[in-house]
Amino acid sequence: MRKIKILLALFVMCLSIQSNAQKVFSTKAGQILFNATGSAVKIAAVNNQVDSKFGEATGQIIFAVLIKGFKFENQLMEDHFNENYMESSKFPKAEFKGYIKNIKEVNFSKDGKYTANFEGDLMIHGINKKVSASGQVEVAQGKPTIIGEFSVKLADYGIKGSYIGDKIAGEVKIKINCKYQN
Amino acid sequence: MQIKTLVFIVSTLLLGQQVNAQNVDLFAEEKGPISDITTSTFKSTRIVNGQSIENTGAGILDFRISHRFGALSQGSYSLFGLDQATMRIGLDYGITKRLMIGIGRSTYEKQYDGFVKLKIIQQQEGERSIPLGISYVGSSIYKTMKNPSTIYKPYASDRFSFAHQLLIASKINDYFSIQLSPTLVHYNLVDSAKIPNDFKSLGVSSRIRISKRVNITTEYFHRFDKLAGYYNPLSLGFDIETGGHVFQLHVSNSTGMTERTFINETTGSWGKGDLCFGFNIVRTFTIRKSKELRNVKW
Repeated sequence: MRKIKILLALFVMCLSIQSNAQKVFSTKAGQILFNATGSAVKIAAVNNQVDSKFGEATGQIIFAVLIKGFKFENQLMEDHFNENYMESSKFPKAEFKGYIKNIKEVNFSKDGKYTANFEGDLMIHGINKKVSASGQVEVAQGKPTIIGEFSVKLADYGIKGSYIGDKIAGEVKIKINCKYQN
Repeated sequence: MQIKTLVFIVSTLLLGQQVNAQNVDLFAEEKGPISDITTSTFKSTRIVNGQSIENTGAGILDFRISHRFGALSQGSYSLFGLDQATMRIGLDYGITKRLMIGIGRSTYEKQYDGFVKLKIIQQQEGERSIPLGISYVGSSIYKTMKNPSTIYKPYASDRFSFAHQLLIASKINDYFSIQLSPTLVHYNLVDSAKIPNDFKSLGVSSRIRISKRVNITTEYFHRFDKLAGYYNPLSLGFDIETGGHVFQLHVSNSTGMTERTFINETTGSWGKGDLCFGFNIVRTFTIRKSKELRNVKW
């Protein structure tokens, strides 16, 4: 009986250790840049209020961003972006929900750079698409920073306009830089 | 002994479950409503002549040229008013997101004007829901035209007039916005003792979006206190958005561009065909980049 008890206790301890290891890193001040420069005029914006969380054990990761939070150097461009292209009053948010597939390869207790493979659903302009991209997890003093770069075809997300493909690039480059707190 | 074991197993199971609960499903987390401040209620800081609830962004300088031709009723001899022109050149600057200032010079009466516009309440949805926005505009107008009268030499203060406006605006949806502008105009000097110094009026303006880049605007001021011989101003305009500019074209029975002039001293009448063609052109300069845009590595 005692043996069983000890075994049970050990089993439960193991279980709880495993579960406890699920740490959630989060930030509300991540950065996303995009560049949609087609021809001469620079069309680029920044958003410094990216809301992101990821679980250390599961690799589950979320990025959420308010479309209206994108800042352009040209205010009129920002208005056009919101009103004519992104329709941000109808679709206020863009979101990525997915997984860091190789999360196990990242050692959060050791400083360094690790390659990370992302896979999941990207929702922009109300349209969901499966995407995958690779980026980097940089660990410094136990705090991870995720850096990534990928591109998005506007047509895939139903974003239309006569300037797309000319002044506005059909494929938009997106850069992510999120520094997480514990 | 058996009961003890049972209790042990159950309690460890519970513990296990509790611990397991820490393994949160991040996807399932609910987010509260997001605060969303309404933008683009109007396309420009002016509707036609009057101020709209829009401000220039923080650190943005607008160079604005407003041009009004003469009345259509002048006939072919003056090429339907195109021979005549009044204009105002102005500079507007956004100090913060909510506060802007501007100065200008009009050919009419050789006026200088300056104004302050402050967003008091901003229309928003989400966390807090406010269906309308309220701004205050205070402007002063100084006329420098030499006074032909020799009977009385005016003081400098006599050349001033002031306008106070509340702008109450609501963007009903992406296609329609409306604004009410209760206005008080004060003249430091009027022509005779019988004429009051203060004039109340109410402006009603709207924007209708007809395509991605074209909006129709209307602007009407109803005067409660009237100067004899003048009409209520009614204007109809098109806001056309091109690359980096908003181009405003309009017809109006007014040729004035400062509050006191276009609200209280509109000489034209729609009924008599005194329609004047006019346009506003704005060139935007970024003087100070917003915090978000500084130190960005593109």
